[in-house]
Amino acid sequence: MLKVENLHTFYGQIEALKGITVNVEQGEIVTLIGANGAGKSTTLKTISGQLTPQKGSITFEGEDVTGLEAHVVTGKGIIQVPEGRHIFPRMSVEENLEMGAFLRKDDEIKDDIAMVYDLFPRLKERRLQKGGTLSGGEQQMLATGRGLMARPKLLMLDEPSMGLAPVIVDVIFDTIVRINKEGMTILLVEQNAAMALQVADRGYVLETGSIALEGGGKELLHNEQVRKTYLGEV
Amino acid sequence: MGGSKMDVMTSIDSGKLSPKKIALYVVLALAAIGLPLYFQSVGNAFMVHIFALVGIYIMLSLGLNIVVGYAGLLDLGYIAFYGMGAYVGVLLGYVFQGITGGPGSALAGFSYWFLLIPAALAGALTGIALGTPVLRLRGDYLAIVTLGFGEIVRIALTNNIGGLTNGSAGLPRVGEIIVPAAGQKWVYLNLSSANFTFSKDLFWYFVIVALVLLAVFVIRRLDNSRLGRAWVAMREDEVAAAATGVNIMQTKLWAFSLGAMWGGVAGITYAYWVGFISPESFNFMESVLVVCMVVLGGMGSIPGAALGAVIIAGLPEIIRYLAQSPLLSGVLTAEQASAIGDYRFLIFGGLMVVMMALRPQGILPSKRRARELTEAEAIIEEENESLWEAEHKHDTPHGL
Repeated sequence: MLKVENLHTFYGQIEALKGITVNVEQGEIVTLIGANGAGKSTTLKTISGQLTPQKGSITFEGEDVTGLEAHVVTGKGIIQVPEGRHIFPRMSVEENLEMGAFLRKDDEIKDDIAMVYDLFPRLKERRLQKGGTLSGGEQQMLATGRGLMARPKLLMLDEPSMGLAPVIVDVIFDTIVRINKEGMTILLVEQNAAMALQVADRGYVLETGSIALEGGGKELLHNEQVRKTYLGEV
Repeated sequence: MGGSKMDVMTSIDSGKLSPKKIALYVVLALAAIGLPLYFQSVGNAFMVHIFALVGIYIMLSLGLNIVVGYAGLLDLGYIAFYGMGAYVGVLLGYVFQGITGGPGSALAGFSYWFLLIPAALAGALTGIALGTPVLRLRGDYLAIVTLGFGEIVRIALTNNIGGLTNGSAGLPRVGEIIVPAAGQKWVYLNLSSANFTFSKDLFWYFVIVALVLLAVFVIRRLDNSRLGRAWVAMREDEVAAAATGVNIMQTKLWAFSLGAMWGGVAGITYAYWVGFISPESFNFMESVLVVCMVVLGGMGSIPGAALGAVIIAGLPEIIRYLAQSPLLSGVLTAEQASAIGDYRFLIFGGLMVVMMALRPQGILPSKRRARELTEAEAIIEEENESLWEAEHKHDTPHGL
């Protein structure tokens, strides 16, 4: 579904991605793990059009989407739930969800809002509350829900567990698995490697802008090198 | 996008018309129509002139409100679009005169009506020309570039650019005229009576009122449109707006050019009403005044922008006038009266400081904007970083 080939992205003079190749197949959860500065978020931002690669190609459903602008990429069905959540702080929860459907012109938006409320009952309780007044976990739910409102073909989550209490992280990951079971293809960037590899079909381990390892989620979870470096085992 | 989709969002802005509100609108409408007629009937041409002038400023304030209030872009050179409309209107007027057989011909009187749309386009296109390169900038930087642009336009006009603008002497040149608009003479001849003159100022006043109503109608529609929603989203969080599919550059450009368009309309109207324009009418102070109108009245609010214009453009003139009237002449001397005019910028400055401290949302804010500006910002500490900034952050190892 998504083919990223030999991607090179720079921040000014700094080469943040040194030839990344990633594949995502329909219906999979694929995760990118790695330390700070490994290039996980940069990969996501390059796919979503926030950054432009110097070299390499991104193909989505057979169509070249390399270097397209962010709103165009969104229009293709690649939806990014940005790192740090980036909800609209002064819009109500429901308005945030409605903004998620900005590019849609069908009349099933109300149904999809109900679907998101079903997925995150907490959001329904807070539907008229302003986004900025929600807790971090609720904001992550809102950002994810807003992403789903666009009816993505590929949902890209950037550090959904960042700064959240473990119990909330569980809720978020349960939801990720649930929407995946319902057919959503997911590309997940995480620092919480253990959580990510448990739910992922496949994973890529990034180190300083390159892919160090790749394999099945469980396989990587049991890989000695991964366990030492990312799962904190001695 | 239909109304049903954004119920929650629109219900915030479109309050139902209460009887009280209707009564207020009726009173305002009667005053807007009745007062100038009254002043004209008692031979007070000065007040009619002030009413028309305030109308022009309302149009400018409404236009800039799109840029500053809706899109959240600070434009300190807005008056350049006003000047562009005026000069394009007058210069194309000469062409129109040429085509229609000289200033004396019957058709030449239609030049204003015919050129209204080209002047609006001139404003809008100037907006796009300026906006395309500079809208990536944010906040202070955008303000400075637009300020510079406003000055460039004024200086270019003063320097008789292309031999077209006649420098600081202004237009029209000796021997040329701006043809009075068709209709002006007709109302003078047919609607005047022995003790009532339907003057030029009164005619233009009603033209300006009609244009202001059109502006209000168009801008209200915009505010409740998909584009209006994109503006709100962009103002709140550019990165998120882009992620939901808002085309940031295009959305900003729309705000810039739609705002500039009303500047162009106000410009040509001013030129044909007053019959003379010079670069000094389009100086930096005017830009600042219009920004003050928007901020004082309430950013993002149509009634606010209008009220701001009434207060800032109208009040000093009215005070100056009253000072000379028998009512106050005993209290104030002539010098004191004119001093009020001289010190008005000082007074506005003080007024703005007080406003920012006590009521940053303006006198008549839009409900949404009021929320943005008065809420405990501690809750919402995330700063709205622009998409460009997000794309070009070099110094965050975490972002890598």
